[in-house]
Amino acid sequence: MNFTTPPYLTQDISVRRVMLHVLAALLPGIAVYVWLIGPAVLAQIGIATATALAAEAAMLLARGRPLALFLGDGSAVVTAWLIALAFPPLAPWWLVAVGTAFAIVVAKHLYGGLGQNPFNPAMIAFAACIVSFPALMSQWPAVDSGAGFGEHLALILGQAPRLDALAGATPLDALKTALKLGEGQTSVAAITANAAVFGHVAGRGWEWLALAYLAGGLWLGWRGIIGWRVPASFLAGLAATSGASWLWRPEAFADPLFHLFSGGSMLGAFFIATDPVTGCTTPRGKLIFGFSAGALAWLIRVFGGYPDGVAFAVLLMNLCVPIIDLYTQPPIFGMKK
Amino acid sequence: MTLAEFRKIAVNGLWKQNTSLVQILGLCPLLAVTTNLVNGAMLSLATILVMALSGAVISSLRNLIPHEIRIPVFILIVATLVTVIDLLFNANLHQLYLVLGIFIPLITTNCIVLARVEAYANKNPPLQSTFDGIFMGVGMLWTLSLLGGLRELIGQGTLLSGIDMVIPGLEAIQVFPANYPGFLLALLPPGAFIVLGCLVAWKNWAEARASARRPPRKKAP
Repeated sequence: MNFTTPPYLTQDISVRRVMLHVLAALLPGIAVYVWLIGPAVLAQIGIATATALAAEAAMLLARGRPLALFLGDGSAVVTAWLIALAFPPLAPWWLVAVGTAFAIVVAKHLYGGLGQNPFNPAMIAFAACIVSFPALMSQWPAVDSGAGFGEHLALILGQAPRLDALAGATPLDALKTALKLGEGQTSVAAITANAAVFGHVAGRGWEWLALAYLAGGLWLGWRGIIGWRVPASFLAGLAATSGASWLWRPEAFADPLFHLFSGGSMLGAFFIATDPVTGCTTPRGKLIFGFSAGALAWLIRVFGGYPDGVAFAVLLMNLCVPIIDLYTQPPIFGMKK
Repeated sequence: MTLAEFRKIAVNGLWKQNTSLVQILGLCPLLAVTTNLVNGAMLSLATILVMALSGAVISSLRNLIPHEIRIPVFILIVATLVTVIDLLFNANLHQLYLVLGIFIPLITTNCIVLARVEAYANKNPPLQSTFDGIFMGVGMLWTLSLLGGLRELIGQGTLLSGIDMVIPGLEAIQVFPANYPGFLLALLPPGAFIVLGCLVAWKNWAEARASARRPPRKKAP
């Protein structure tokens, strides 16, 4: 065993380093996304990033804060990328821009900037836009629509009419609709076996995207940027609720693997719920936060009216963070509990 | 009543003690009716009438009302006046009456009315109390109109929609182009909270700026 004496080298744990790691961890997901949908995804990321930096600069100027320090820390870019990945990839450009600006201006800077915001800015953008523009936020493209980048760009820029043919339902939506139409006469197994939108365990194509996010998230964990507690308990919460319902009535509820690899589960577990600003800080609190968010995500996704529940679940748990932190304070060393 | 006294009442109602921005009272009608400018303004007008009349009546009766049961008596008087206003709206502005619906009868339980009656009219002469009711109401009028206007503009891109219910023949102004998709959040209750929060912040900011510009007062000896 090696003993060392001080002075120790300090590790660089600046905001900038953390944010750059998060961006790098998103790259495999983005690569798969581009492979699935096309370069339109990159266009959305570009729009979101430009809007986020512009909004961040404007708010920093208005609040009299140093521009270079906060623009360079990458937190606005992370918010922008998460918004671009959470929004439908062929949404009109202004939708992503409005969402990003709302996230930076209202959800981040009106609360006091980085470190002060009680709610995850990217999820606030998602919630504000899905409440305001439910139709546009539910138009997800089919994985192999056959449309080229030109058509996608025309859609994003609002130059082409929004055809229903290009917009397929997400696997989650397809399952929910089919179950509702079947009125108890059909089963999950029959639906997922027949419709083209489903793949091996979840949505065709989308499951690979979830896998890529999982890989990126595991790398973040390995690099020590995020702890294991929040992602593991988030996925456990989702798996426990979906597993229990699946065991109870397998014909009416999808299995846990389907839920883990659908919608925003992986993105939410590794990149959104792990936000150090809006999540719990105590070890037990992190477990409670993640598990409840996962369970809520399943509840909202299965019984709610919106395509996915991760955003609302994370926001609801953000609300509970102060009280969870209060009651899960670890005892001071040497004090009796 | 001196001019200084009058000014104090006016400034209190319009700015310093503004019901919506400072006292944060009457949030229920504020959230529900400020989805557009006309609704916000018209409900405020009804409230102004109720507040002016209730201020005058209760202030005149203040020495006759037993202290122990003053609240039920206030509510009875206010309810009577609200019934009059309610019937007036129903008869003359029936379309608008249907839109504002339950919120006109609910002026009875509006805490702004009861708060001013209890805090002011119960202790001051009728003339002052009437003016206090009017200016508190006008403070609410401009705030609710601003709030309603902002929410309407962001939410659907128009101003003064529904004005034809008040003045027939007039039409709403389409501020943004007709294909403006509408930011629905602004029309929903969270939008009211967000816009109200911004207005309160703006008021505090304006006051902080004004007091920073003023020369510092001499310290008391």
